Amino acid sequence: MGCVESMNYEILLRDQSFKECREYVRQHFKEYIDVQPGFKVFDVHLIGLPPIAIGLEGDFIVFPYTKPCHGTFLLRMEDTAEAARLRTFKK
Amino acid sequence: MSGEPKTSPGSALLVLGCPQVPVQTSIALYLINRLKKSGFVPVVAGNKAANTLLVIADPDRHYLGEVMDLDRAVAMISDKKRDFDRCFVFIHNDAGISYAATMGAISRAKVFTLVYGEHYDDLVKQIDFPCTIIAAKAVHNPLPLKKALDEVTPWAA
Repeated sequence: MGCVESMNYEILLRDQSFKECREYVRQHFKEYIDVQPGFKVFDVHLIGLPPIAIGLEGDFIVFPYTKPCHGTFLLRMEDTAEAARLRTFKK
Repeated sequence: MSGEPKTSPGSALLVLGCPQVPVQTSIALYLINRLKKSGFVPVVAGNKAANTLLVIADPDRHYLGEVMDLDRAVAMISDKKRDFDRCFVFIHNDAGISYAATMGAISRAKVFTLVYGEHYDDLVKQIDFPCTIIAAKAVHNPLPLKKALDEVTPWAA
């Protein structure tokens, strides 16, 4: 279990395919970055088909979180420092 | 042991999926056996349930070697602390596809995808990244997937 699971998070999507989660981020968030699998958000190395879209909305971060038995969740979490760090990866 | 290679062809990581489809544990033990006979050092990475099914089935570790948590394996490979020569990803749902694509992206290993379950053909259509696909409609009976594995012989050097 990563610390993500002990933090406050909102589940935006569940029981969706990874690709559906990626499209949701691209369609619903004006600001997003594309990263490669293994990219670290909080303490989680992201799982998914490249590219993986991470949405940014103020201090909120929206990212896919995949578990073998439960599929991919799209999580929304608030963290000022992590959002600022992720914005440094914008091209 | 006689008949086994004197030098190891390398290491092999088995990435287990959710163990809800019964053939996974059986095929994993079979694959580990074939890999070991070919000189590979197999390492298993799965969630707690998938790993425990294997550990309980092989208490004296005749087949199993190192077993690790899946998240830890992804972290170590992503951080370039460890890697493998071959990687076998067990797939019976969308999450399995995501893990296989991830392994293809973060590891230098040659990736083999073992696709099974009721909807294996739909899953195969979603695989659009480089890998060797080994697929069969296998849920309770492991023989169709064993046959597909034997045809590919991924344990060959």
